[in-house]
Amino acid sequence: MQECVPLPTSPPRRRWSYDRFQQRFAPYIFTSPFFILFLIFGLFPLGFSLFLAFHLWNPLDGLGNWRYVGWENFQLALGAPDQFWVSLKNTVWIGLLSGVPQHLVALPLAFVINQALRRYQGAISTILFLPYITNAVAITIVFGMLYSENLGLLNYALSVVGLGPVRWLAVPDLVPVSVAVVVFWRYVGWNVILYLSGLQAISEDVYEAATVDGASNVQKFFYITLPLLRPMMFYAFTLTIVGNMQLFEEPFIMTGQGGGSGGTALTSAMHIYNVAFRDLDMGYSSAMAWLLFLAIFVLSMINNYLFSRGGGRS
Amino acid sequence: MKKIATFALVSALLASTAHAQEKITLTVAAFPSLDSAIKAIIPAWNKKYPNVTIKLQAQEFADHHNAMTTALATGQGLPDVMAVEIGYVGKFAEGRGLEDLNKAPYNAAQYKKLFTPFTVAQATSSDQRFIAMPTDIGPGTFLYRKDILDKAGVNPATMMKDWDSYIAAGKIIKAKTGAALINTAQGIYGVMSRTNLKPGEGIYFDSKNNLLVGPDNARFLRAFTLSKQVRDAGLDAKIGEWSNEWYDAFKKGTVATQFSGAWLTGALQNWMAPDTKGLWRVQNLPEGGYALWGGTFYAIPSAAKNKAMAWEFIKFMTTDKSSQITAFTDNGAFPALLTAQNDGIFNKGVPFLGEQKARALWRDAARKTQPIDVNKYDSVADQIVNTELTNVLEQGKDIKQALSDARAQILRRAR
Repeated sequence: MQECVPLPTSPPRRRWSYDRFQQRFAPYIFTSPFFILFLIFGLFPLGFSLFLAFHLWNPLDGLGNWRYVGWENFQLALGAPDQFWVSLKNTVWIGLLSGVPQHLVALPLAFVINQALRRYQGAISTILFLPYITNAVAITIVFGMLYSENLGLLNYALSVVGLGPVRWLAVPDLVPVSVAVVVFWRYVGWNVILYLSGLQAISEDVYEAATVDGASNVQKFFYITLPLLRPMMFYAFTLTIVGNMQLFEEPFIMTGQGGGSGGTALTSAMHIYNVAFRDLDMGYSSAMAWLLFLAIFVLSMINNYLFSRGGGRS
Repeated sequence: MKKIATFALVSALLASTAHAQEKITLTVAAFPSLDSAIKAIIPAWNKKYPNVTIKLQAQEFADHHNAMTTALATGQGLPDVMAVEIGYVGKFAEGRGLEDLNKAPYNAAQYKKLFTPFTVAQATSSDQRFIAMPTDIGPGTFLYRKDILDKAGVNPATMMKDWDSYIAAGKIIKAKTGAALINTAQGIYGVMSRTNLKPGEGIYFDSKNNLLVGPDNARFLRAFTLSKQVRDAGLDAKIGEWSNEWYDAFKKGTVATQFSGAWLTGALQNWMAPDTKGLWRVQNLPEGGYALWGGTFYAIPSAAKNKAMAWEFIKFMTTDKSSQITAFTDNGAFPALLTAQNDGIFNKGVPFLGEQKARALWRDAARKTQPIDVNKYDSVADQIVNTELTNVLEQGKDIKQALSDARAQILRRAR
């Protein structure tokens, strides 16, 4: 490489130029706030919790004063009588109680709105979306007043019909149902909106063709709407699974730290929080957080498998 | 001329920095209603230390302790003085982030005899570090509605002889007045689990960290059995504490008795049920039991900036009689300082309790309360045992089975 003759096309070498600097680095500088925040609040906690999952650490001992324990935290969580299993069972149960009705109601509701109530769609969507954007604490306090045993509206309504007071938030088997109702109420609107947007992407022509062929509304729903909505259903189901498995606010505020009477509304996320900040066992807590992630991952994959099987269109 | 002006300016700057160095801002982190006590004492403090400004950081109870946990974990954002409630003092004592007050320059050993004895044990770690000075205590007490007991013809003294007479009286009260004996049957367990402990025992663990919970432990067996008896006899209102139903029950008099700390009287009087003034009386716990129900401490984080002044502040709050009395009159924070307990105010009647001389009763109860060993796994055990108790009460789970299940779960977690 002994070229003495400078290339005629290359610009003269400059030590530093603002234009060059800007061209090269401006994109990185403009996107850097995201990456910096992601590093601090996203990647670092992830890595740190993975690290802690293999250590025994009481945060009051200060950074650095941890002890490596290998897989002990995971063994502890997966062992037979551990509360992690109970909390996982509670989470899945509340998730099913609130998630399944959500979709069973949202899908037909979206269909009806799309077919018959087009004119009022904007207003209806807004109303349905309100619970989703309302603060969970406010919602839960209002529901707490509805559920209140001696002073609540629900029991007042029951007493009018001559039925005895129900202890909505005190009977262990009832607590998950009471919590699930709130979760259902909060997210059913969100799912309706998802399905509505899915429905609007389906071409009118298909429906018109079906009408010409003499299909009824019920037939249209089952033979046109449902198959063409598969991608949106997959998306909505996935969001429900992920959201319900991480359920925290509603049961935490309604039933308190312990998950209510008999701890039947103690979800995994609540248990993880309690172990970390009440019992100060960060390692065990982190291990459970990763196990919860694994559970969500597996459920999402099952969901994915069920949807990609058969039709194969999603 | 210019030179003189410069000189004046420089000297003025120097003087102001020197002045600023004298001024100290001391950060104190606390929670309600301790913050109100601190505010009430600050004027007296400023008279003694005019150059030390107190910066009070008050957060809600749980938020405060979560924030302090995080601050201790990272060593960042720590205050100079940290208030710690009794439910956390055991955990905080086992950590490494707080100063050992036994050591120089604090030498707190000389002050220990000034306090109600059991409080010192509460703030001492298993390796004998003394991490916090007690400021207030919560003597356990039994509150009852005199009007309801009178109507039922029940004598409070005989009622509180033992638990069996307590339950028998409850049946009479229920039959004659319709009022429930207690808000929840779990309250019976709450008292029994923390009274009449053997020496060297904590509530859940003994001083050698052996777990006490189990089907063979008479204290837990009896506490579970009696709670179940109360529930089965329909004597409890099945109301959780700190709920709207609870306050409503106090207002309407649908519940006749309540076990709690002496401080509940202040809460009843100030906001829970002010209209029931004069209807309440207090008694000691049954079977000669003495228990503590709350209490607050002050600690110094090892990473604090002004440790010397923090120590002066803590001494002023805890060992100064007038500070302790100010806190007591401000919000009923019962003094941990023994000399403060001899103040004239203790011999006066309490208007809310029909002029009963309750403070003297609480003082004597506090002096008879034995130190209870705290353990860092107390909160784990507490939650597990209470969940099992609910299973017994609500679903009829066998008591021995529940206790051995609880034992197995706690043993796994206490590592």
